[in-house]
Amino acid sequence: MMADLAVQDLAVQGAQMLLVLLLAPALTGFVRKIKARLQRRQGPTLLQPYRDLIRLSRKDVVLAENASWLFRTIPYLIFAATWVAAALVPTFRTGLLFSWSADLIALIALLGSARFFLALAGLDVGTSFGGIGASREVMIASLAEPAMIMTVFTLALIAGSTQLSTMAEFMASPAVGLRVSLALGLFSLIMVAIAENGRIPVDNPATHLELTMVHEAMVLEYSGRHLALIELSSSLKLLLYVSIIACLFAPWAIAPAGASLPALAVGVVAYIVKVAVLGALLAVFETSIAKMRVFRVPEFLGAALMLGLLATLLRFVSGSF
Amino acid sequence: MSGIEFDIAHLLAGSLVLVSFMQLYQDRLYALLNVYALHALVLAASVAWQAFVQDAPHLYVTALIALVFKAIVIPVALHRIIVRLGIHREIETVVGVGVTMLAGIGLVALSMVVMLRITPGADPLAREDLAFALSVVLLGLLMMITRRNAVSQVVGFMSLENGLVLAATGAKGMPLVVEISVAFSILIAFIVIGIFLFRIRERFDTVDVQALDRFRGDRR
Amino acid sequence: MLTVVLACAAILLALAPAAVTLARSPAATRLIYGACLIVSAVSLAAALTHLLGGAPPAAVTLPLGLPWLGAHLRIDALSAFFLAVVDLGAFAASLFALGYGEHEAAPERVLPFYPAFLAAMTLVVLADDAFTFLVSWEFMSLSSWALVMSHHRVPDNVRAGYIYLLMASFGTLALLLAFGLLAGPDGLYTFAEMRAAHPSATLGALVLILALIGAGSKAGLVPLHVWLPLAHPAAPSHVSALMSGVMTKVAVYGLVRIVFDLAGPPAWWWSIVVLALAGITTVMGVLYALMQHDLKRLLAYHTVENIGIICIGLGLALAFEAHGMRFAAALAFTAALLHVFNHSLFKSLLFFGAGAVLTATGERDMDHLGGLIHRMPQTAFVFLIGCAAISALPPLNGFVSEWLTFQAILLSPQLPSWGLKLLVPAVGALLALSAALAAACFVKAYGVTFLGRPRRPAATAAAETDRFSLAAMGLLAALCLMVGVLPGFFINALAPVSDLLVGGHMPAQTGAEWLALVPVAESRSSYDGLLVFLFMTLSAALAAFAIHRLASDRLRRAPAWDCGYPDPNPATQYTAMSFAQPIRRVFGTVVFRAREHGDMPPPGATRPARLSVEIHDLIWETIYAPIAAGIGNAADRLNRLQFLTIRQFLTLVFCTLVILLLVLAVWS
Repeated sequence: MMADLAVQDLAVQGAQMLLVLLLAPALTGFVRKIKARLQRRQGPTLLQPYRDLIRLSRKDVVLAENASWLFRTIPYLIFAATWVAAALVPTFRTGLLFSWSADLIALIALLGSARFFLALAGLDVGTSFGGIGASREVMIASLAEPAMIMTVFTLALIAGSTQLSTMAEFMASPAVGLRVSLALGLFSLIMVAIAENGRIPVDNPATHLELTMVHEAMVLEYSGRHLALIELSSSLKLLLYVSIIACLFAPWAIAPAGASLPALAVGVVAYIVKVAVLGALLAVFETSIAKMRVFRVPEFLGAALMLGLLATLLRFVSGSF
Repeated sequence: MSGIEFDIAHLLAGSLVLVSFMQLYQDRLYALLNVYALHALVLAASVAWQAFVQDAPHLYVTALIALVFKAIVIPVALHRIIVRLGIHREIETVVGVGVTMLAGIGLVALSMVVMLRITPGADPLAREDLAFALSVVLLGLLMMITRRNAVSQVVGFMSLENGLVLAATGAKGMPLVVEISVAFSILIAFIVIGIFLFRIRERFDTVDVQALDRFRGDRR
Repeated sequence: MLTVVLACAAILLALAPAAVTLARSPAATRLIYGACLIVSAVSLAAALTHLLGGAPPAAVTLPLGLPWLGAHLRIDALSAFFLAVVDLGAFAASLFALGYGEHEAAPERVLPFYPAFLAAMTLVVLADDAFTFLVSWEFMSLSSWALVMSHHRVPDNVRAGYIYLLMASFGTLALLLAFGLLAGPDGLYTFAEMRAAHPSATLGALVLILALIGAGSKAGLVPLHVWLPLAHPAAPSHVSALMSGVMTKVAVYGLVRIVFDLAGPPAWWWSIVVLALAGITTVMGVLYALMQHDLKRLLAYHTVENIGIICIGLGLALAFEAHGMRFAAALAFTAALLHVFNHSLFKSLLFFGAGAVLTATGERDMDHLGGLIHRMPQTAFVFLIGCAAISALPPLNGFVSEWLTFQAILLSPQLPSWGLKLLVPAVGALLALSAALAAACFVKAYGVTFLGRPRRPAATAAAETDRFSLAAMGLLAALCLMVGVLPGFFINALAPVSDLLVGGHMPAQTGAEWLALVPVAESRSSYDGLLVFLFMTLSAALAAFAIHRLASDRLRRAPAWDCGYPDPNPATQYTAMSFAQPIRRVFGTVVFRAREHGDMPPPGATRPARLSVEIHDLIWETIYAPIAAGIGNAADRLNRLQFLTIRQFLTLVFCTLVILLLVLAVWS
């Protein structure tokens, strides 16, 4: 029985890792498709991101003459950090086998290390575009990461744990109630998720004008399989944030640990539906507002940090907030 | 007062504080009016919920007054006044947005400390709602003192009134006083608006927006 | 063990005059640093044996110093831990200096004071009475001052030494007063007697303030930090590493000893003062660091930030202890001590890297460097590990201590005091903000110095450093990885220290599966550095393998793309100041009144356009400059007393005599 459970846990963890890897480009393609439709265009098919990744990975890598060994290893480091982080977020079942190895704070730090290396990659070749991207990215990160940590504090103080599985289970239970600090935390988390993933209004993922670039400027010198890995990592990061929002604020139909196969199947279907709904909402949001100019972004993220701080303050002040 | 009713009342009061912060963040006048309409909407929802929970039907009238007048009539009226007088549409702040938000957080913390320390024996829902209401009042005052634009000061004043209404409805068993206070506040608000706008019109004897726009641009 | 450590300290003290005589000979550098290496290794082994073996405290009284007092020396768990930190830093610095010292132009100005500095730090940590403590403290300041002044022809260094001496004396004065208050009217100078006497609440408060001023100024708490970014970069690089990585920790030891051990049970508001100061220090330190373009000064300001992080942990421990929450106090205290150890590791590593860059290129200014990853590949690799560690990236060690501090903050809502309820979330936000800004700072430091293209010929001509320096840096980098991956062992080693001072310790960390770190309960939070490291390595390897087998592994070199507008001039890439511009604009306009001035020539003029950045150090301008001006004014006025006539001098003597007789008459 115990061996069965252990085997099932291992299988579920492995399935989770594969699921996020395979679903990430689909989410990106889905968001692009909905945006295109809202803009009255046909838009690329849902499978286009997969085709892009395969095409890129088959091409030669063209490296700048003064690119270093660090430049060549960074795409693998970024992918490793993002995939490990994404594999630890409960999607269709809580109680993942290795979820206790990294809690939500460690997850944020893993994403922070991916960003650290990406910014270094931007500076490696010594062009001014890389410098623009890297300097703007660290400015955005300097406010987005604390806002995220304050949101994590709020959620941890409500759920009594920073472990994602425990938090998801708590949020699914009736003990959670409708709390003010949860509402503030949700607001703050959405603002941070938009900034961290480089979506409108913070950054335009489809631009090639240096005035509007942040993420695109840092990866300008990458090509071939390196670029494929970095694109896959960004899609994974978007799926990661969507999964976090889904498992913490919409935790219905997540299968508990040790659930049977039909419950797991329901969990998978529910997860895909949640991802689709959040992706569609993101597409609608991106289409309806314009990109902010760069020095409005600190005000936007400063507001997210203040909301997170306010939510934590309320939790410190009284347990019923 | 069972758990879910407690929580929804708190949620609505907390949302009012959140919308007050959103008001502090805006730098365009039309957006500010929209957010103020949202403020009044949340207030109406909160008052209606209190009416449901306290089983006090006259509070439904208060909620309806808030909804019709503060969420619809006043923002539309202000919008048309702004268009007709050609008032400058960008809100100038005395200090930056970041410092204002920090001050707002400090005020919320202050009102929490004050309310929760001086009323140790009272009903927990009433105490915490009062703390939120005091926060909304202080944030409305903060908005008035950190804005140079007259219309935004008026909006700050009106959101301060909303905070007072929230405080009044939170305390149980207050009959017609609520309606009278609401009516008075609307009256005073219109007087204030009128005075301000007449002062603006006489100050800028040209209401040419082009002339005012010459002073736009980077302030650094 | 105590005798072993004392013998090591005595050998170090003996090496100092030996170095004076030997300094001119060519083998002196190798000899002295080699001797220091061996001695600090022995001392480290002794300290670790005492700490890990759980031995009871041992004390000895030497017939030195004041005749009725003697010199009391004692080793307990706290001393053993800080001694281990000191000796590990000394070991690494001596190993580094075996290679780096060969490039020293005036070894006779450095060699005699280096062993003295090490001996002084050892004696501070072992001191068990106020007199020995203060004498060793001053000796430590003086020997490090001499090392700061070793390159005295550089005018900046002279000013740095002067300010350092002033602040050090001021700090010692504060500590003198603190010990005087603790000793009381009966003159109980030994620490054991101070522990037995129970100071009143006001006395304890005064002692706290004085200890914060005295030990805090040596550690680098804002606003007493102004000497640190001047003095630490001025010294030779191995000494900078010792000053930043080790001497500041000795100052933290002083603070911990006085506040947690000697001043009696803490009042509830003590933690508010410490937390407020620590929060401000953390954010100001990293913001100052972001504005720098001198590599060593950036690292020195970063030390200020990390001392702030350590003091946040100490403040939380004080808060929990004052309310009797022993377990949470142990968590916060262990987090602070672990950060003490981690910081000494990665700060030393970073200063060694800066020293290597300095000897290879002769430049400290990042805006003159660039592309060093090609010229100095091994140094670049270990420096990268140091940058990643200090930016708190998993699976390295900086993340572990930061994670533990966050867990301690999450236990704080149980604190009943209102001031703490409002302050702790604000301090948590400041800590998170400074962590993100630190990562930004080190992207800048590493990216501008090592990556990109060389900006000056000195950077093009750089060569890799010698193997001793690389060995020292490699050792510290390996330790950073080890503490990050296996933190449980180090936390267990700290249990006796936290038992001694806060009366509780964290649960033993070796029970969980896969060596995970479980500070409170497994359902609440846990972190497994080993698994994270393994997962990351496996995923990266798997991705590389899969892509190289299934897709393509071809590669070719070409000129940089740069959007089709490549510019061969390396001046077009980002410099340190331009990298920091967005952050300077967001934070610097408020905190430093940073303004950019562009001077555009009129059309037709041939002079270049100039962009200058104006930054004000507001702490210097509002606190120190007025004090310096005031003292100057007062001195000028008093100077007139030099030019009186004989009759006026006699009048002065007469008036003083009359006043003293009056006082005597009135008072008795």
